[in-house]
Parts: sequence; C-alpha cells; structure tokens
Amino acid sequence: MAEVEESSKPMFAGLSDISISEDILVEGDISVPVGSHNADNDFSTLDEPVKDTILRDLRAVGQKFVHVMYPKKSSALLRDWDLWGPLILCVTLALMLQGGSVDSEEEGRPQFAEVFVIIWFGSVIITLNSKLLGGTISFFQSLCVLGYCILPLTVAMIVCRIVLVGGSGLVSFVVRLIVVTASFSWSTFASTAFLADSQPPNRKALVVYPVFLFYFVIGWMILTFSPSQ
Amino acid sequence: MENMDDTSGSSFEDMGEMHQRMKEEEEVTAEAAATEEDNGEYGDFLGMKGLKGQLGRQVADEVWQAGKRQASKAFNLYANIDILRPYFDVEPIQVRNRLIESLIPVRIINFPQKVAGELYGPMMLVFTMVAILLHGMKTSGTVIREGTLMGTAIGTCFGYWLGVSSFIYFLSYLCNAQITMLQMLSLLGYGLFGHCMVLFITYNVHFHSLFYFLWLVIGGLSTLRMVAVLISRTVGQTPRLILCGTLAALHMLFLLYLHFAYHKMVEGILDTLEGPNIPPIQRVARDVPVVASAVVNATIKSIAAVVQSQ
Repeated sequence: MAEVEESSKPMFAGLSDISISEDILVEGDISVPVGSHNADNDFSTLDEPVKDTILRDLRAVGQKFVHVMYPKKSSALLRDWDLWGPLILCVTLALMLQGGSVDSEEEGRPQFAEVFVIIWFGSVIITLNSKLLGGTISFFQSLCVLGYCILPLTVAMIVCRIVLVGGSGLVSFVVRLIVVTASFSWSTFASTAFLADSQPPNRKALVVYPVFLFYFVIGWMILTFSPSQ
Repeated sequence: MENMDDTSGSSFEDMGEMHQRMKEEEEVTAEAAATEEDNGEYGDFLGMKGLKGQLGRQVADEVWQAGKRQASKAFNLYANIDILRPYFDVEPIQVRNRLIESLIPVRIINFPQKVAGELYGPMMLVFTMVAILLHGMKTSGTVIREGTLMGTAIGTCFGYWLGVSSFIYFLSYLCNAQITMLQMLSLLGYGLFGHCMVLFITYNVHFHSLFYFLWLVIGGLSTLRMVAVLISRTVGQTPRLILCGTLAALHMLFLLYLHFAYHKMVEGILDTLEGPNIPPIQRVARDVPVVASAVVNATIKSIAAVVQSQ
C-alpha cells in the first residue's frame, strides 16, 4: 500500500491532509462460512430423477401462465424469471403460422424462422429501449415478461385456426378480428402491468408504444393467416 | 439536453475512452497490489531450473492480460449501452411536439435553426413505417421470392433512414453545412412522420388522385421543413442548392416509390421480369372472353355474308 501511495503522490499531492474521521467505527466479523453443506444443497438437484426436474420446471411455467392470464401486480414473473415459457410459446406460434414452400402457393406466408426472429429480436429491441429510457428491470427479466405475454396471442391463433376450419367468409373474418383484437390488447395490458412499474412515472407512454407495436405486428400476422387450399 | 446542437459534442469514442481509462486504472492498482506479493515469493526460485517455467508463465500471463485489455476495450467502446443513453432522454410531450413540428416549415433562415439530437422518436417512426409497409405489402398481395416480407420491409426502411442520412451528411460535409450526423439522423427520422401518415391513408383508401394530393401536401411540407433547416445552416447559393435539391428529390421520390412499389398492378410486371419459365399464356388474362366473342361474332358474320353472296 505504501508503494502505491508513493507512486501516486505527484497526482494526489494536495490531498495528503485528508483523513477519515475517527467517529466512524469500522468493525465487523469477516468469516467465510465453510461451504461443504451449502455445496451439497446446491448440487442435490443433480441426483433427483429427470421426471422431478421436468415436472418442477413445468409447474413453474404453468404458474407463470396463470399470472399472465390474470395480470395482478405480483412480482412472481420478475423474481424467478425463466425463458422456457417464452420458448414454448414462440415455437408453438411459429409452427402454427408457418407456410409451405413458396412454390406451392401464392400467399407467401411467414416462414418459421421469420416468426421466430421477429419475436426474439422484437423483444430484444423493446428491452434495450426500456433500459435506455431509464428502466430498472434487467435484460432477461424483460425478455421473460414479453415472452410470457404472447400467451393470449397464441390462444387466439388456436381459436382462429379452429374458426378457419369452418370456412373463411366474412363472418369468420369478423370473429377472427374480434378475437385477435381482444387478445392483442390483453397482451399489451398484461405486459405493461409488469414492465411499466420499472419506469419513471412520466415516461410510461414511451415504453408502452413499442410494446403495442410489437404485439400489433404479431396480431396482424395471426389475423392475415390463411390456411393452404 | 435541449442545448445539444453544437457540432463539437462528445462522440462515442470519447465516452468509450473515458470508461476504458477508468476501468484500467482500477485494474492497474489491483494488479500492482496483487503481483507485489507474488514476486516476493518467486524471486528466490529464479535459477536456471525455474527460469523456463516461471518466465513462460509470466509471458503467458502478459499475453492474456493484453488480450483481455483489448477485448474489454472494444467491448466497452461498442457494446456499452450507456453511450446511447443521452440520446433517449426525452419526455412524451417533447416527442409529440417534435412530431407536429416536423410538418411545419420554419420561416427564419438567416440564423441556424435548432435541431434536437434524439433517437427515440426517429426509431419509433422507422418501426411504425415497417409495420405500415408490411400491411401494404400484404394487402397488395406482393410475393417476394428471394427473401422474406419482413426482411424487405425492415431493409427498406432502415436502409433509407441510415443510408440517406449518411449520404446527406457526406454532402453537407462537402458543402460546409453546420450539421452533425446525429442531427441529420434525427431530422430525417422525424421527416418520416409525413411518409407514415400518407402511406397509412393510401394503403387503405386506393385513390390515385388522393395519393398525389397527399404526396404534394404532406410530403412537400415535411420536405420543406428539412430543407429550410438545412438552408439555415449552409452558406452560399450553390451549396444550398445541391444539398437541398438532393434531399428534396430523395425524400419525395421515396414516398412515390413506396406507394407504387406495393401496388396491385406492379405484381404482374414483377412476375414477367422474373420468371422466364412462366408460360406466356398466363399473362394474357385480360378481357379475353369479350375479345374472343367479338372475334367469333365478326367471323361468323363475315362467313354468313360470304355464304349469302354466293
């Protein structure tokens, strides 16, 4: 320590008379707990059967689905974030939305990769935007919330597919429009219930708009989906 | 942040350098404290036997430290999100005001007009235009064979915003205009608000005369605003003419292109140009029944006339 002070003396020459006041007591107990039983606790999940692990994860995912469908101001989604739920939802949506090969039909429906990339890059951009606007939420927490809030839109996709089995006339279009609009507003409302709390109060609108646009684009992709002939 | 319109602002690199220097100072003091104790121990073992081992280890250590320093320097410079934070420091009411002002040309061109340097509004407008373009492409039934709809829309919008901004910034460097890259990005981004409005209306209401009217009025107003700001920041007739003429031409022609590129008629031409293996009969699907029936009638009449005259 003395040699470091010597080398930095020319720079901090004027500060040599500053000292810490003696009123401030610095005392405590530094002891590192012997971590043998802690390590056992951490690794104990390695020994359990795979079925238990999968069921536990699925139960966590299902619990978060419930939180999304009934958005109260709980912090369960934020506290234990995970990306399994968003992955399941994203893959399901992309599989249902994908089209066949381009030569087989004129419509040019979105490919699997397109939907996947839109969802993930859209989420990343919204997360970056909310962080740049001064949000206190972490990167992966935000990805988790945005991914989970795609659940209403996935449900709408399933409903649209069922409605389209019955026919694709004006009535079915109106029904699909109502369902998709309702689910897209539900998604936006659910995600702002979680995300907007982490922003300064007068900037909530700046964060809500990109989320609205993101779910609008996904909802539009669902609405304009038409089955192959 | 309202005063951030002078050309000598701090750039990415300066802030990145500052961060890197602060981190390096911390690391250097930590290393100096740590390596002193190590060197004390190993100094005794520096004989012929331990030379290779100890020297090799130190060299490897030095290489590792140098590599780590370079990598963290690059990372702090380009992936540090805090560099962009000042450009997103806006209030909703400011964004709304700037959106409305982007359609109102300024009257005073004798002294430089203030241009806000923010990136939130322009980025949101570009994304909105991507969404509107997607809608237009879908309703016009455009088929993109070598790519995806989403990729084309994003490429068009971001390419226009970034590419034309860079080009006009380069021209303004040649013409000695007082504008920074950030201000140009911001100006052109807000100029896209007019485009968004026109496209949103005309992709849903298909009247050509309405489109031409909106193109002239709204496109013209947003172009006039950008041109007036640039004129106020340039000196000399010829540089003003070059800069503003280029910007006006590009801006108005882009709106024209966006409207007509995704129009129902153009899809036929695209197919014609692209596919040599499409049989030509498919292209002639226009009013064939009427023409055919007219030809058949005329033929029958002429044959009847010939038969009767014989």
